[in-house]
Amino acid sequence: MHMPTDKIVPQSDLYSRESTTARTPDENPLPVRVKARDVSVFYGQKQALFDVSIDVPEKSVTAFIGPSGCGKSTFLRCLNRMNDTIEGCRVSGLIALDGSDIYDPSLDPVELRARVGMVFQKPNPFPKSIYENVAYGPRIHGLARSRSDMDAIVESSLQKAGLWSEVKDRLHEAGTGLSGGQQQRLCIARAIAVSPEVILMDEPCSALDPIATARIEELIDELRQNYTIVIVTHSMQQAARVSQRTAFFHLGNLVEEGPTDLIFTSPVEKRTQDYITGRYG
Amino acid sequence: MNTAIVASLLLLMLGFAYQLGWSRSRNMAVSGVKIHSRPAYHASLVAFWALLPALLVLGLWALFGDTATRTYILAQLPTEITSLTAADLEVTIRRIRQIESGFGVVGEAQTYENSAAQALREFRALTFAFVVATAAATGAVGLFLAQRRINPRLRARNEIERIVRVLLIGCSVVAILTTVGIVASLLAEAFRFFTFVSPIDFFFGTVWSPGFSSTGAGASGKYGLLPLLWGTLMVAAIAILVALPIGLMTAIYLTQYATPRVRGIVKPIIELLAGIPTIVYGFFALVTVGPFLAGIGSALGLDIRATSALTAGVVMGVMIIPFISSLSDDVIRQVPLAMRDGSLGLGATQSETIRRVVIPAALPGIVGAFLLAVSRAIGETMIVVLAAGNSPFLRLNPGEPVSTVTVTIVNQLTGDTDFASPQSLVAFALGLTLFVMTLILNVAALFIVRRYREQYD
Amino acid sequence: MAHSFTPPSEQALDGSAERLKRIRAGLGKRHARERRFRALGIAAIAAALGFVAILFSMILYQGLPAFTQANLEVDVHFDPAIVKVAARPVRDAQQSSAEYQRALLDWERKVTMVNWNRVLEQSIKAAAPDFEIDTKSALSIVETSERFRLRDMFVADPGLLGQTVKVKMLASANADNWLKGNIDRSLPDTQQQLSPSARMLSDRFMEDGQMRFAFAWHIFTNSDSRSAPASAGLAGAFIGSLYMMLVVIVLAVPIGVMSAVYLEEFAPKNKFTDFIEVNINNLAAVPSIVFGLLGAAVFINYFRLPLSAPLVGGLVLTLMTLPTIIIATRSALRAVPPSLRQAALGIGASKTQTVFHHVLPVTYPGILTATIIGVAQALGETAPLLLIGMNAFVAQIPGSPLEPSSALPVQIYLWQGNENRNFFEARTSAAIIVLLGLMLMLNAIAIFLRARLERRK
Repeated sequence: MHMPTDKIVPQSDLYSRESTTARTPDENPLPVRVKARDVSVFYGQKQALFDVSIDVPEKSVTAFIGPSGCGKSTFLRCLNRMNDTIEGCRVSGLIALDGSDIYDPSLDPVELRARVGMVFQKPNPFPKSIYENVAYGPRIHGLARSRSDMDAIVESSLQKAGLWSEVKDRLHEAGTGLSGGQQQRLCIARAIAVSPEVILMDEPCSALDPIATARIEELIDELRQNYTIVIVTHSMQQAARVSQRTAFFHLGNLVEEGPTDLIFTSPVEKRTQDYITGRYG
Repeated sequence: MNTAIVASLLLLMLGFAYQLGWSRSRNMAVSGVKIHSRPAYHASLVAFWALLPALLVLGLWALFGDTATRTYILAQLPTEITSLTAADLEVTIRRIRQIESGFGVVGEAQTYENSAAQALREFRALTFAFVVATAAATGAVGLFLAQRRINPRLRARNEIERIVRVLLIGCSVVAILTTVGIVASLLAEAFRFFTFVSPIDFFFGTVWSPGFSSTGAGASGKYGLLPLLWGTLMVAAIAILVALPIGLMTAIYLTQYATPRVRGIVKPIIELLAGIPTIVYGFFALVTVGPFLAGIGSALGLDIRATSALTAGVVMGVMIIPFISSLSDDVIRQVPLAMRDGSLGLGATQSETIRRVVIPAALPGIVGAFLLAVSRAIGETMIVVLAAGNSPFLRLNPGEPVSTVTVTIVNQLTGDTDFASPQSLVAFALGLTLFVMTLILNVAALFIVRRYREQYD
Repeated sequence: MAHSFTPPSEQALDGSAERLKRIRAGLGKRHARERRFRALGIAAIAAALGFVAILFSMILYQGLPAFTQANLEVDVHFDPAIVKVAARPVRDAQQSSAEYQRALLDWERKVTMVNWNRVLEQSIKAAAPDFEIDTKSALSIVETSERFRLRDMFVADPGLLGQTVKVKMLASANADNWLKGNIDRSLPDTQQQLSPSARMLSDRFMEDGQMRFAFAWHIFTNSDSRSAPASAGLAGAFIGSLYMMLVVIVLAVPIGVMSAVYLEEFAPKNKFTDFIEVNINNLAAVPSIVFGLLGAAVFINYFRLPLSAPLVGGLVLTLMTLPTIIIATRSALRAVPPSLRQAALGIGASKTQTVFHHVLPVTYPGILTATIIGVAQALGETAPLLLIGMNAFVAQIPGSPLEPSSALPVQIYLWQGNENRNFFEARTSAAIIVLLGLMLMLNAIAIFLRARLERRK
């Protein structure tokens, strides 16, 4: 079955604890894909994140909002262990994907990242052709059995990213030659190509113009059908438009989390209210 | 000429002119007129105009004084002496100068030599006095004219700044003049060489045996470039084979894997290799590496000579390691972190990221570094002089001694040959070949690296 | 309450199960590849560091023993039977200074004619009275220069006649080789440098303590010597290098800095300055030997400057160092924040004042570092100096930059080629240690000064 045979069901009582920040019980809860309990992150001596606990439900968009430097990107990067690449970064607490601890020493971060894909702030296509950009992930993971397999993966990924019609005639031109919005959709196609279960997006539209942004937002909405998506955004409007759940971070704390409409219409915390009404941020 | 006297006179004049300009300007300022420039500028201006003409006079004498003295000596000599061969005449002139300076000469001095020396002594004293006087006079005129110009409206600062600007441009021109000097002297002497040997024989000849100039004037011997070029390329290729993998892997490890602490320790140590003079590498090759390689060769049943293309190439490779590693280091660090993250975020391992994303992204820069390294390898001299064995034959086996373009330049110019003989002049034709080869590599590398930088800026 | 954990729906996972299986299948291989790649990186660094270690330890291993040399302490009897000269002339009242000088010179010449070898031989034999040894063998133990030392002792103090004094004499290079084991002691007589009796006597002196190893100060105080290799030193080469470095500092620093200032601060950005930029970058990568050719053709052959002179060497090295200093100064200037310039211009300073009073002083640490790096590089350069005749053997310490001289790296080149390999291999390594020591010192000074200058800011 889907569960790894050497699956580790965390023994710690952390795992069975309920998230305390989630304020509103859902009427019909979606299954949880990612579960975090008491996650703290330290850069050297400095603590950047304080005891964050949250549940990310399957096949929906969860948005992290908050003023810059609030720790939302840091937390996002914990979810596929991208923080491992930063010197002196230490993570404590528990993060589980489908019930297994992703920081367990026996878990391979390479495998984890194949299951939890990531799209970055600035479009970062590789200096390769469009085709090779999309084929990169399947190729390193050995997902395609044949040339035609690969062609199929590339085509379907570009289709899902809504880029196929624009690039199908120039698949072998450089990916860096596309416009900013196209590049970001290429990066999304690249992430989809390994069929991750979760896609993390770190302010994917911050470098794009409004039209390209609208295009990406539509895409995110479509992708929700098949993927679990976590998006960090500094734009509250964007969070309101694309997400089903929203988490508000401030100074390294997760202040409040819940269904997006509730967070925006009737926040409980004063800080959340101040932020979404534009007092600071 | 007595430089100490001249220098002190110049300093005196400089000080006087500055003082004069300063006090005149100061008086003006005290009298309450609003002046355009501060006194220091007026003073500098006066000093400059006093010094410039004096320096010009002295400069002219430094350039042409020797020729003038020589002409004077010749005029003093009896005709039977002046009709001697150039070499004998040169000896006589040197003898006369020796007698004049009071050091004395070997053997008895001839009467005509003594009288010429006597005349020369008077001539020298007279010209020295004359030159100094002229310098002083022109300086004084300059000073007078300049200080007369001092008035409140004189834009002395602007004038000084223009002078400074001219000086700065003059300094920038030195670099261009160097290139012009290199190209002109190489071309001129190489053309002189090609009057002895046809360029076709030189560039396409396969035999190098230049003979000695003492065995007769003219083009005795064969001047084929190809054996030397072959040796140069073989040594350079071995060097690159050693340096490129080690240098590149070092740069990759230090930029991608090493902790800042390890990097901080290892990088300077490797760069230490770049600061070691090449003569030290040459000696190291000759004394340590050569015998070591020969020992390995005999253990394996291969014939490797102690001084060979292999020895020189390996040691030159060691020399080039820091060159490649620090250039690649710079280049790799310019690859945006986002690109690396993009690959890691897809689940690539670090080495997959490096091989498939980072290195391809940095490739133009690495190619630039590679070209510069090749340029350095083919221009390197002392290692090959000591360790390549100096044997200008077309041989395939890297275990055999070879000769290179640079080695041959040294050999041809350090012997006792006449500068105007083809044996010496060929060094310039070789130098021209070397210069053109490295120029192409350098300029290509510069353009590639520059375009690479612009791409990520 | 909030979501509780429920496993994802079956159907969503069907496709992904197969996918995960494939990813897992490849993981082992991929991680193995990662480890291999990382190991390659470590191997490359180990190789580079290994080269540094081997190079330095070989040089130290070979060179350090050369800093001590065998000295023989014996009683020298200034035997009146051999030293048969009249008393030293005394100046009497009627004598003019010139006449006295002439008489003194005459006496000194007679002293020189004395058979000092005989004095030496007697003292050596007296030190081992029961030992049978022929004259030649006895004399081969001490360096040939020592007989001149006895003469100089006597000239300085004629009262030594008939006296016996203890003198510490330098053992000959061959004796030193034998005692240090630089030559294989088991070689047959025909291949030994000393006769059997000389070898035995040396050993005996060593045993009874008359022969001792002592620090060889003369390496630092003597000039090169061919006839007395054991007394050869680096002083002449050191002074030659010093003159050249002075020329480089005096010329290259101001010209380099000024041209960098012009190019970075004043020059318009157009095709021409672009050309200068390419030109300077290319010059930095032109092989050093090409600068030597420039020196030979322009300075020596065209301007007729003296061969082997440190001045010419300094000029050539200046042209070579210039690009380094220009490039480094430009990047230091580029690093000065534009706000500083705007602030100075804003309070009414002219462009020239802004640059010279405000921008340039900030870059002093950078310029200083570049200067020292350039000078260190020039200090180790050999090839171009060979082409302007600095490889000539010079036994004196040059008194001015125009006198013939050697240079440290060239001295290394000359010594490594000496026929007495046993002795000069160590001596060459010792010279390398001195050269590297100087370069290390220069760099240490640079780091120290830089730290101080930056602290002051």
